[in-house]
Formats: sequence, C-alpha cells, structure tokens
Amino acid sequence: MSQEVVLDVAPTKASPFYDPKLRSIVVQVAIVVLLVFGLWWISDNTIENLRRSNIPTGFEFLNSRSGFEIPDRLIDYSSESSYGRALLVGIVNTVRVAVLGIIVATIVGFVVGVGRLSSNWMIRKLATIYILVFRNVPLLLVILFWYQGVLALLPNVRSSLALPFGSYLNNRGLYLPRLIWSQGAWLIIAGLMVAIGLSWYVARKAHARQMATGLQLPVFWVSVALLIGFPLLGCVLAGFPMTVEFPQKGTFLLTGGLDVKPEFLSLLLALSFYTAAFIAEIVRAGIQGVPKGQAEAYSSLGIRPGQGLRLVIIPQALRIIIPLLTSQYLNLTKNSSLAVAVGYADLYAVGGTILNQTGRAIEVVVLFMAVYLGLSILISLVMNWFNVKLALRQR
Amino acid sequence: MRKKSLAVAAGVASLALTASIASADTLSNIKSKGFLQCGVNVALAGFSASDDKGQWTGLDVDFCRAVAAAVFGDPSKVKFTGLTAKDRFTALQSGEIDVLSRNTTWTVSRDTSLGISFVGVMYYDGQGFMINARKLPDVKSVKQLSGAVICVAAGTTTELNLADYFKANKIDYTPVVFDTLEEATAAYNAGRCDAFTNDQSGLYAARLQTSSPKDYVVLPEIISKEPLGPAVRQGDAKWLNIVKWTYFALLDAEEAGINRSNVDEMKGSSNPDIKRILGTEAGTKIGTDLGLSNDWVVNIVKATGNYGEIFERNLGSGSPLNISRGVNALWTKGGIQYGVPIR
Repeated sequence: MSQEVVLDVAPTKASPFYDPKLRSIVVQVAIVVLLVFGLWWISDNTIENLRRSNIPTGFEFLNSRSGFEIPDRLIDYSSESSYGRALLVGIVNTVRVAVLGIIVATIVGFVVGVGRLSSNWMIRKLATIYILVFRNVPLLLVILFWYQGVLALLPNVRSSLALPFGSYLNNRGLYLPRLIWSQGAWLIIAGLMVAIGLSWYVARKAHARQMATGLQLPVFWVSVALLIGFPLLGCVLAGFPMTVEFPQKGTFLLTGGLDVKPEFLSLLLALSFYTAAFIAEIVRAGIQGVPKGQAEAYSSLGIRPGQGLRLVIIPQALRIIIPLLTSQYLNLTKNSSLAVAVGYADLYAVGGTILNQTGRAIEVVVLFMAVYLGLSILISLVMNWFNVKLALRQR
Repeated sequence: MRKKSLAVAAGVASLALTASIASADTLSNIKSKGFLQCGVNVALAGFSASDDKGQWTGLDVDFCRAVAAAVFGDPSKVKFTGLTAKDRFTALQSGEIDVLSRNTTWTVSRDTSLGISFVGVMYYDGQGFMINARKLPDVKSVKQLSGAVICVAAGTTTELNLADYFKANKIDYTPVVFDTLEEATAAYNAGRCDAFTNDQSGLYAARLQTSSPKDYVVLPEIISKEPLGPAVRQGDAKWLNIVKWTYFALLDAEEAGINRSNVDEMKGSSNPDIKRILGTEAGTKIGTDLGLSNDWVVNIVKATGNYGEIFERNLGSGSPLNISRGVNALWTKGGIQYGVPIR
C-alpha cells in the first residue's frame, strides 16, 4: 500500500539509471570486479605458463644455501647463508646508501640553494654552475665519473695516500681508524640519553619562560654543553672503554680499521651530489616563494636579518620545500639501484645474482617491487608527518 | 643498464601476459617467422663478438649459424640477441630467443629448475685466475692469493666456484661483483682487483684486451669443470633433437673427415658412414625424421665447416687467442668430444 502511495506522490522521481548515488556504487563495484578479475587472470596465466614450461614457482628457494659471497655488508653473512639472508644484506645496503645519501644531499642541497641567493657574486655563480652541471648530467655518468674517473685514479695500496689520524686513501677505498668499544661503553650511551632528556627539558623551560617574561635563554649552547659533557663524563667514569684500531698494511691490502669501499663511496657521492642539485633548486624556490612583505615586516619590527631568516622566512619556506623534497628522497632511494653499474651489493645487485642462480625471475622481481614500494611508502609517511607538523595551524 | 632491466621486465611480462609462451612447435614458429633467434654473449672474444659492421663471429655464433643452416639451408637466416649472464635464462624461458648459445655452464640445477634443457658441450672449460705478473711477481699459485681482492661477473657459476674453492682451502678473499663481464674486466684493468677469475677461455680473451697482454699470467690451477653448451626450452622434444643433432653432426663431420672444402666431393663417396651422414643413402629418412631436409648435414658443413674448423677459426690457430684443442679434441685424438653416431 504505502509503496503505491510513494509512487503516486513522487511521479517526478527519475529512473534509477539517473540516480547519482546508485550509479557511483555500480561503477565502483564494476571497477573492483574488473581489477580483481584482471589480477586473477594475470596470476593464473603466469602460474599456468610457468607450470607448462617446467619452471617451479614459490618462495621456498629463499631458504636454500646461497653459495656466493657478498663483500660489503653490515650484517653477518657467508656463502653458507640462505638466499633470504643475502636479500636482507642487499636491503640493508640499499637502506644504508639511501639514508646516508639523503642526509648528505640535504646538507649540500641546502647550502648550495642558499648560496644561489647569496649577495656574494662568487658564491652565487659557483652555486649556479654546480646546479647547472649536476642537474644536466645523467646519474649513471655521475656514478661512473666518481668510480672510474676519480677513485680508480687513486694510487694503489703500496703507495696509499696517508691522511691525518692514521687514515689511508687508495684505489681500494678509504681506510679509517676504527673505535673498538669494550666493557662499560654503555655509560657513554647512558650519558648521551641523559643529555638528550635534559636538553629537551631545558628547551621547554626556556620556551615557557620566554612566553611568560620575554627573556631568552642561550638554549643552543646549553644543549651543546650537555650533549658533549654527559657522554664525556660517562667515558671518564668507565675509564675510557675503547681502543683505536688503525689500518695496517698487508700483502694485498690494508687490514684492520674501517674500510669504506670505492663502490659504496662512488655511489654515495654520486647520489648525494646529483640529488643535491635538485634540492638546491627546491630550496631556492621555497625561499623565493615567501612573499617579500614578510621580510619587510620583520625588518620593521626590528628583528635582525639572521633571526628573521630563521624565525620568519625558513618556517614558511619549508612548507613549500617539504613536499618537493619528499619526491627527491624517493628518487634518490630508487636511483640507488644504479649501484649495479659499479658492483655495490645493493638489493638490485644481490637480487639479480639470486635471480640468475635460481631462475626465479617473477618471484625476485615481485620482491624488488615490494621492497622498493615499502621503502618509498616509509619515506613518504615520515615526510608527510613532518609536513603536517609544519603546516599552518588555524588558531 | 636500462636495456638489461628492460629485457628482464619484458621476459617477466611475457610470462605473465601471453596466453601460451611455450608454444609446442618451435620449428614451425621459426619457419613461419623466417629466421632463428639466437641468444649469444654481448662480447666475449672467440665465442661471440660483433665487429663495427654488426657482423657476429665466434664459436657460439657459428653454432647458431649451423642450426639456421640445418633448418633453412641458409646460415644467414639467424638473428642474434646479445645477453648478459643475468638475462640469458629469462630470455630463453620467455620465448624471446629459440636457442641459448652463450658459453653457459651445464649444471643439474639449471636443467631441473630453469625449465631449460642443455643439448651438449661445445667447449669443455674450467675456471682459472689471471694476475698481473709485473705487479705481483711472487704469486705462482691461487693458494698465495690470501687476502686478495678478486673481480668476478655476477650470476655465474664462476661466482659460486670462487666461494666454494676459497672456503675449502681456507683462504680469505674479497670479491668485487660486477653485473657484466666487461665491467669486471674494466675494473680489473683499472687496478680495482688483484686477480680476475673467469672460465679459462674467457681469461685468454680478457688478456688480449689489456694494454700489455705479456704482463698477465693465467695461474695453473683450474678450480672447476665448466662444460659450456647451448640450451633450449623444455617441452619441445622435436626442437631439442634438431639442436642436439646439429651439435653431433658437427662432431661426426669432423670425425668422418668432411669439411667445408670437400663436402661436395664427399657426396659422391661410397663409404656407408659418410653416405648416412650426408643423406645420400638411398631411401634415407634421417633428415626428414628430424623435421629437416635429408641434406641437412651438407648444409651445416657448407655453412660453418665441421667442429674442428669452427674451433680453429674462432679459438685456435686461426684466431688471436690461439688456444690448443686440449680436451676439446675428438675422442679419436685424445680429447673428449664424442659425436654420437648418425644412423
């Protein structure tokens, strides 16, 4: 009954075909169905094709013995370890070069970017030339330039260049003295922890005090003193729990100490200097993107230029810089796969070896994609969190 | 780099997308497209290398030509795909190439887990080490390489043998692994490593590319068996037979004394063995049973010569490598190359 009534009183209601809500649901369901079907079709077809070609599938090969060595590694590994472990070594190496690369690229990028706006003619031109060169040369060439053009031309082991502090530089890499920690080293770390806690507390107190009275405390110098003092105190208390190991000359190479291999060094330098050129331009754009009126405003308030840059310009510039910086960080991480050109054992290089030894092309490629995707998402999440923190807050 | 990643990507994509890659009849596929697609090394002197005119030469290349001659009667109906050690199996699995003839070591795991079948051994090799005798005058044996940095190409049995041998002999070493043989050679020449390891034939080839070949010494130890041979996809026994018997035909021709210059003359021979090989026996069906013409061996020998001729031209006295036949001589001459009878 009631239905009839509804129909009677609403004769103008359009047919469900024109209902936007229903239409959008139908379209979305259709897309999901198509997508799921497409994925199923691809994977089913792949498995069937592999089966027909007598190629085994699955990830159980990750547990078999790898049988090859990886020289440059941060975690334990030998030819007795599994393929899975080898992949992990590769992932750690990728993360190592990416993290260090991001740090170096950011520092160099900011310095060059600010330098490009310098009032000093020389600095401005040097920064411009740097950007011009590194931004316009393909990354692979930059890597090969460092590897074959710079590091390979260094002297051989027997005539190593001696550097200060017992370090050596030769065509096998950079050899640094290494600190070996002994018992009691935890006191230093404990000291550092205490110092970090205290610095944070001091900063909070100083901020509250400035809000209340307008007086500023020398927070920066206090923190520096704390961060140096406490670990030093811990060090003294534990009776200097470390020894320094210097590189020694052997038959073929220098042994002992910390050796930074040329493959790693050339990749790191190339990635950092290449990405830094892009970051420099982003920093310049960010600073120039802050309206001129802001600078005039802080000047008229009597704030000094240095302080104004730090308190007014940079925080606003960062809002422009951060999103663009994120894509540069992602680029750097993914570009690290070019390591394969110089024999650095990153994920792509190790994975390639595994692919060849086992013939599991699809599985290895899937792992490649999963790891790079995971790393990229991680970087994006961190940078988005940072971006949200810096965003303008409506008060 | 780009090209290589693309090759792997294309291989994976074709495994995923094509309805059926392991098309059961490789022979009719090849006949309908009009040429044989052969995967070879990008650059390894003596085995496969292309000159500035794009003309390929080498032992592995000549084997491809022999297969093309057997199928089409014309050795020029072959196209070559240069592959790195890393791409080679994916290229074969995905159907990008019909034969893989790229100094590839025959092992059981490759036969069982890659979906490919090896057809024979074109060159019996072993892994060796090369050093610069001027820089390391005291090193006479691999055992003295303790602590050495060693350049090696990625994804090869070489890399695995190296790890096994040094582990078994408890010698420390640092490998530097490069994506391709050229990169490894370049890095070695630049002084990145103390020693360079590869199949011995490859070491001789690499030595020719150095600035002063006389300074380089190949150490006496051979640490592995490297039977290098062509391979095809599994699942097509007919095609496997054609490639396999092309290999045996090259050996049998040499044993029977049939070569490029006398093959036409030999067709008139009354020796039943030679008549069977050359398909001149009355009512013979050997060639047609293989899916080829009855004069298939004639075509092969006219195109490339017999195994001995191919060897001498590319690796032996006719080449700058000047490698002696050694174990690769025929079984009748003290070697281990043995052609299964054509009958």
